[in-house]
Amino acid sequence: MKGIITVLGKDKVGIIAKVCTYLAERNVNILDISQTIVQDYFNMMMIVDISQAAKSTEVLVEELQQIGEEIGVEIKLQHEDIFNIMHRI
Amino acid sequence: MISLVEVQETNKMIREMNLDVRTITMGISLMDCAHTDLKVFNQKIYDKITKSAEKLVKTGEDLEKQFGVPIVNKRISVTPISIAAGSLNTDSYVPVAEALDKAAKEVGVNFIGGFSALVQKGCTTGDRKLIESIPEALAVTERVCSSVNVGSSRSGINMDAVKLMGDIIRQTAERTADRDSIGCAKLVVFCNAVEDNPFMAGAFHGVGERECVINVGVSGPGVVKRALEEVKGKDFETLCETIKRTAFKVTRVGQLVAQEASKRLGVPFGIIDLSLAPTPLIGDSIAEIFQVMGLEEAGAPGTTAALAILNDNVKKGGVMASSYVGGLSGAFIPVSEDHGMIQAVQRGALTLEKLEAMTCVCSVGLDMIAIPGDTSKETISGIIADEAAIGMVNNKTTAVRIIPVIGKSVGEMVEFGGLLGYAPIMPVNSFNCAGFIDRGGRIPAPIHSFKN
Repeated sequence: MKGIITVLGKDKVGIIAKVCTYLAERNVNILDISQTIVQDYFNMMMIVDISQAAKSTEVLVEELQQIGEEIGVEIKLQHEDIFNIMHRI
Repeated sequence: MISLVEVQETNKMIREMNLDVRTITMGISLMDCAHTDLKVFNQKIYDKITKSAEKLVKTGEDLEKQFGVPIVNKRISVTPISIAAGSLNTDSYVPVAEALDKAAKEVGVNFIGGFSALVQKGCTTGDRKLIESIPEALAVTERVCSSVNVGSSRSGINMDAVKLMGDIIRQTAERTADRDSIGCAKLVVFCNAVEDNPFMAGAFHGVGERECVINVGVSGPGVVKRALEEVKGKDFETLCETIKRTAFKVTRVGQLVAQEASKRLGVPFGIIDLSLAPTPLIGDSIAEIFQVMGLEEAGAPGTTAALAILNDNVKKGGVMASSYVGGLSGAFIPVSEDHGMIQAVQRGALTLEKLEAMTCVCSVGLDMIAIPGDTSKETISGIIADEAAIGMVNNKTTAVRIIPVIGKSVGEMVEFGGLLGYAPIMPVNSFNCAGFIDRGGRIPAPIHSFKN
């Protein structure tokens, strides 16, 4: 099962490190990262494999959101299906 | 491979344009609960509802998290009580409504629909008892919704029921006068009611449905509005194409949630209702869509045409996205639940007569309209008769959910709270129609009903 993580917010040092450390500790594998910075705003999308994750998707969603709040950015994890179904016939 | 642009588009629709799954509604048949004893019947329906819907709210919440899309309401619809309770030995169905309310509270849903009767051709004893129980049932319960189907294109309009409902609406208003007559906000009078509608207050689990089913209603007026802003000033073809594409994407989200919910709950998937249902939030309004289409206010000349375009293209976009589209599918035009419509009423752009004209092309009818508390029961029946006639002749669903707010008059505001919103009291044509309503009997079906 794949998930899409999006991170949005003012750029600062250590955002990727924080997210990646968390994912590694929960056994979530990162398959792809793309990232842009537009006028100081950090915008990242990750495709991750959550099938072997140590915690349920719902818990991952909540904990990532908390990390986001701690470092002042918005972090979302969503099942990839919502994007597939909306944009692919 | 999913692209960053697509991910951003989806999330923008959710975050900024209020894209949501409006409701997951579990339809539950109560046919097998029939019993002559009130206590046994109530216990049976309570047990069946609480068991069937045990995991409904939790599953909805899990899906919300997993896909990152809000699922606003989790609800239940049941077999019309007048049918399920047909063999009951009792004069009042109020205790049944209380049992439904208790079950709804137990499983955590915000509304339960199905305190209903289908009387388009005539009333059974059970139907009559149910209808007469409505005012008290809606006053003593919190989450129960009620509906009565008084007409259809096949059987005409039951004018005895229309007359009765005028009185029932007034009584319901009086019984809840201390809460701005909120009881009437939970009561719909239909013509051509659909049996798979997940939207309250008119939802019930049709007699042609299976044991248990999951229906999903999706909504996104904000998304459509934003998409139309991008093509401002362009021709009608572009306008229609844009609505269609947007409706497609919105419906796909509903399809995903519906399939997943059905899988997790082990309950078959019924239909997607791809309605544009507004909320009182700014940016989530049908009236704002009209404004983006080029009208100064909802109600301005051109509004009916604009609504026709909107409704048709929402359907066209949606049917491609899901094979089982049903319910009411189209644009809802409630007044109190749409801040743009409220503003249009306050500025004098929108009248009851214009709303009635718009119901010829919208998906339901006169919805959430507050009228003066001294409106007579005959006048309310007259409004119901007009609306039912529009539905009957045009082979479409129409409904009336009108609230005579006891103690208030034209221009005053009434506050229902939450999704039900707030509304200014609208003037009603008060010329007498009692001689017409008092005739009773049934209006025969129109000529085009003989299709077989």
